[in-house]
Amino acid sequence: MAERSFKKEVERLRLCAGEIFEGEGILAVTKALLQSGVAYVGGYQGSPISHLMDVFADADPLLKELGVHFESSASEATAAAMLAASVNYPLRGAVAWKSVVGTNVASDALSNIASGGVTGGTLIIVGEDYGEGSSIMQERTHAFAMKSQMWLLDPRPNLTSIVDLVEKGFQLSEASNTPVMIELRVRACHVTGSFVAKDNLRPPLTVGAAAANPHRELDRIVLPPANFLHEVEKVEKRWPAAQRFVAEHRLNEHFGPSEGEVGIIVQGGLYNMLNRALELAGLSDDFGKVSLPIHCLNVTYPLLPDEIARFCAGKRAVLIVEEGQPEFIEHELNTLVRRAGLQTRIVGKDVLPRAGEYTGQVLLAGLTKFLQDWAPALAPQTVPAFTPDKDIIAEVPQRPAGFCTGCPERPIFSAMKLVQRELGELHVSADIGCHLFSILPPFHIGNTTMGYGLGTAGASAFRPTAGTGGKRAVAMMGDGGFWHNGLTSGIGNAVFNQDDNVTIIVDNGYSAATGGQDVLSSRAQNDTRRTNNPIEKALRGIGVNWARTLTNTYDVAGMRDALKEALTTPQAGPKVIVAQSECMLNKQRRVKPLLAQAVKDGKRVVRERFGVDPDTCTGDHACIRLSGCPSLSIKPNPDPLRSDPVTHIDNSCVGCGNCGEVAHAAILCPSFYKAAIVINPSRWDRTVNRVRTAIIGFLQQRHDRALAARAF
Amino acid sequence: MAQLDKRERITVAILALGGQGGGVLADWIIDLAGHNGYRAQGTSVPGVAQRTGSTVYYIEMIPVEPGDNRGEPVLALNPVPGDVDVVIASELMETGRAILRGFVSAERTTLIGSTHRIFAISEKSALGNGEGNGQKILNAAERRSKRFVGFDMDAAASEAKSVISSIMFGALAGSGALPFSLESFEAAIRAGGKAVPANLRGFALGAERAGGFVAQIEAAARPPEPTSAAGRRLTARIEAELPAPAHAFAIEGARRLMEYQDTAYAALYLDRLGMIGARDDGTDDHALSREAARHLALWMAYEDTIRVADLKIRSSRFARVQSEVDVKSGQVLSVTEYMHPRLQEVCETLPAGIGRFILARPGLRRRLEPLFAKGRHVETTSLGWFLALRLMASMRGLRRRSLRYIEEQVRIEGWLQAVREAARHDVPLATELLRNQRLIKGYSDTFERGLANFVSVMAAAPLNGGPDAAERTRRLRDAALADDTGKALAAEIAVALAQ
Repeated sequence: MAERSFKKEVERLRLCAGEIFEGEGILAVTKALLQSGVAYVGGYQGSPISHLMDVFADADPLLKELGVHFESSASEATAAAMLAASVNYPLRGAVAWKSVVGTNVASDALSNIASGGVTGGTLIIVGEDYGEGSSIMQERTHAFAMKSQMWLLDPRPNLTSIVDLVEKGFQLSEASNTPVMIELRVRACHVTGSFVAKDNLRPPLTVGAAAANPHRELDRIVLPPANFLHEVEKVEKRWPAAQRFVAEHRLNEHFGPSEGEVGIIVQGGLYNMLNRALELAGLSDDFGKVSLPIHCLNVTYPLLPDEIARFCAGKRAVLIVEEGQPEFIEHELNTLVRRAGLQTRIVGKDVLPRAGEYTGQVLLAGLTKFLQDWAPALAPQTVPAFTPDKDIIAEVPQRPAGFCTGCPERPIFSAMKLVQRELGELHVSADIGCHLFSILPPFHIGNTTMGYGLGTAGASAFRPTAGTGGKRAVAMMGDGGFWHNGLTSGIGNAVFNQDDNVTIIVDNGYSAATGGQDVLSSRAQNDTRRTNNPIEKALRGIGVNWARTLTNTYDVAGMRDALKEALTTPQAGPKVIVAQSECMLNKQRRVKPLLAQAVKDGKRVVRERFGVDPDTCTGDHACIRLSGCPSLSIKPNPDPLRSDPVTHIDNSCVGCGNCGEVAHAAILCPSFYKAAIVINPSRWDRTVNRVRTAIIGFLQQRHDRALAARAF
Repeated sequence: MAQLDKRERITVAILALGGQGGGVLADWIIDLAGHNGYRAQGTSVPGVAQRTGSTVYYIEMIPVEPGDNRGEPVLALNPVPGDVDVVIASELMETGRAILRGFVSAERTTLIGSTHRIFAISEKSALGNGEGNGQKILNAAERRSKRFVGFDMDAAASEAKSVISSIMFGALAGSGALPFSLESFEAAIRAGGKAVPANLRGFALGAERAGGFVAQIEAAARPPEPTSAAGRRLTARIEAELPAPAHAFAIEGARRLMEYQDTAYAALYLDRLGMIGARDDGTDDHALSREAARHLALWMAYEDTIRVADLKIRSSRFARVQSEVDVKSGQVLSVTEYMHPRLQEVCETLPAGIGRFILARPGLRRRLEPLFAKGRHVETTSLGWFLALRLMASMRGLRRRSLRYIEEQVRIEGWLQAVREAARHDVPLATELLRNQRLIKGYSDTFERGLANFVSVMAAAPLNGGPDAAERTRRLRDAALADDTGKALAAEIAVALAQ
């Protein structure tokens, strides 16, 4: 079950024609798919479209009613390959993933589907971002659209536009027999708003009905000679068909006056921020009443030569607002303008930055420069550049993402730090997932990350030298990455090539970084998926002989010893440790209501949390350097003689035990204590407590008297 | 920019850390605006950034009349510097971040910020003190905003038994930055439907506190008044023998050492202080005497097993734990310590002869060490362990004969000797040498690392003076505190040796 539940929101997906739907962008996309009569949906979670997958998982009853098939795909490649259902049959299908990484994974299947073409409309929903929401390499999905020839939609970030373009996307796909991608930036996925709903449509043909009546066309399969046929078809049939559809349905929009000395062409997704920049420059208002012509590309690929030529004709210069690089659209605009024999100057990356998100501030600066150069009469007076306050720059600390309070992955890296103290620094090949936070303070562990599930593969070049001085490399992998592809690309590869490295698989029961979705090895019972397939079983099945499952990662000493053994055992071949403890974020979500209910029912409940005695803590913070738990913090030293802050554990502590175990394993300090609080104690608890308190109280009185005798 | 004054749009940026309820706050504001005739739009960035990082929720709202023919407003998804009407920050450094990112402007912005601290990992993991300077943020907040509403919203949340998001929502209402009534704010909380009574409590307190900026003035701790004859005698000595600026630390030092050992030990402390004080020429408000009083007391009250046991079993400590972990009446508390005394520490507690005898025999050590190889879970609230700790604490009477005591006194004397020598010709240098005591802290490995650093710094310090001797010593100490691998210190020592 995922981190965020959409059970309540899902009810809104049932709204009928004319009703007002209110909610977030991603929910609107889901509703649009149902309004389009989609027959099947799949995808792989990842920000910002994780919630799309969660919405579908929570909407299972509604999907069943409508006869829509939904899969949590094993990977983006799986999801893309699923679109094969639309090749022979008029089935509408949609898949979703995080781009550009997911598109990379899916690209083999995408090339195939784009080559053979589709009969039913297929929509690929990708999340992409150049801003603070991005956690991946900054590349453009646009390149995939161009190289495989798939159409790319980039709707204006309001719910009505997004929903409309999802519906039109299916029609475009069918009209041109081509898969269509729709790109949403992070904030657009989570923008709130409303639109007028339509009725949900049952798919005219269900996947079951299609399978019952198979139908095949040989020339849709990518094999000579059909592949050459596809190439020609793409250019001669599908491309013009798409352009015709986009033009006829006016998918791109025009704003502002029809004529002007200069104009702006903008990617749909950036339209709102551009309008804000124009407004701040005195050229528009809150309702987009703009005083120079704007051509808004809700379809960023393909471009329409006639449309572009019409817009550029008579203008001295046109600014293209295009995020990311290379500036594919700008290149193509230059070609189109040249072919049309126009003298219009295309301005883009010469006034706007090549890298980074196009925020209002960035756009305003670029726009100002553009107008100063080409339409000085319109240019705003120089916008005062914002200068950050020098006084506080050094004081405001970075807040890198880190492990949550009580995270079971923390002790794994605490243990690794202890092993490095003994065996020296290790080469660590990191992977994608929460465990990648190990590269940040306080752990500073991890050399590279090569992609989801590729931790072990990323270490495969390393072979310990024979004899003394040889050192094994360590690879990290999450359970999510393991099932996504790590089992074959990493572990299978290591078995086959007789690698001698160590892999640690973090088995926390969820695809945690993407929002806590279930995976094959999840321990939760899931009504609609088969879970509880142990990782170690898969390891042994693929030929790993040295495999250990540690069921309590908080046992730091045990983790340390297992890792040390894996690094030093004479046994050849890959060594794999499965480090298993439940993701604390999800555990708390699961357990908290249960405990609260138990307390309410008067049942005996033990609550544990940790604390630090400020009078024995000397303020070295070695414990923090081995942990970094958000609940393990500092506070002013109560000792008037000391100036360094003491360590302190706040009430957000969930009592995972890591602090104490680290203090033990690293032989740190006696300041940590564990407090166990028995709520609704039994009669026995109370009796024992009464006796203990009486005797200890008596002894403490005597101790206090001795202290008083030495009082100042 | 000309249109700014007559604009109808209101923009709100919320800077919060993961788990602080920034999303809930944003939902309330959107609901509030919607029920007051505004078309509101919110955006956020969930995902990895939320895992303990800081994120920005952004809301825009604009009044829309029924039958308005201007069409749908085009609202932005990101705040633009100079264009934000209200900034709400959930923590002091987030308030600073809002200023740094340009969201706060003196012409436009009502800045609502909590003044409490949630420390970032870089601040927490420093070997010494790595905290950012909060006062600078408060100054900038006053200077850079149109109006700053700042108070400790975390404390207010505890006080109201509520959560910080409701306090922030209350502060927003109390600030009057939005043209909506208090009732409609409360209606938004009710519409949210979750923990309504607690949220309304927090809201009310937040609205009340927003009235004025509550400066946090910490009362300077006053030195304890003597209550016993011995205490009065020592106080009289301090007042007679030491310059006034050193009195506070010396009194606290004497008090601590009496409690740590006995009156004679406190008297030894004052004897030693007197010898340093004799060299004090008054530089920097008698820094030499002040720092001697502080650091000598800390060193003489070194943390041995006897001290730790003594502190752990006190009734005052039991009471502190009770309140810290929030034990309610009728609940039963047990406390377990994580202790790991190694053979080394055990021998150090034994009388010096026996301790040395064992430590000097590798064969014997090898046989004994396994007994102390594992950490102990010491349940202090159980009778057995309490008695064991009490027995350990009662070894105070034997402390003077322990190996550790003898070793520490030798180290202390050596250090004071170096300080006195330096003070002959360079009082600031001597003061810095005193401050080097700060390097020695912790237990076991940490203690050994600290002690080794102390020895290295003392060895590399320009004890005989010379230009910038004090400054060079300070640099060496800072380098020792820069990391726990010793890299920075080694580099600084290389520099020192080259000079």
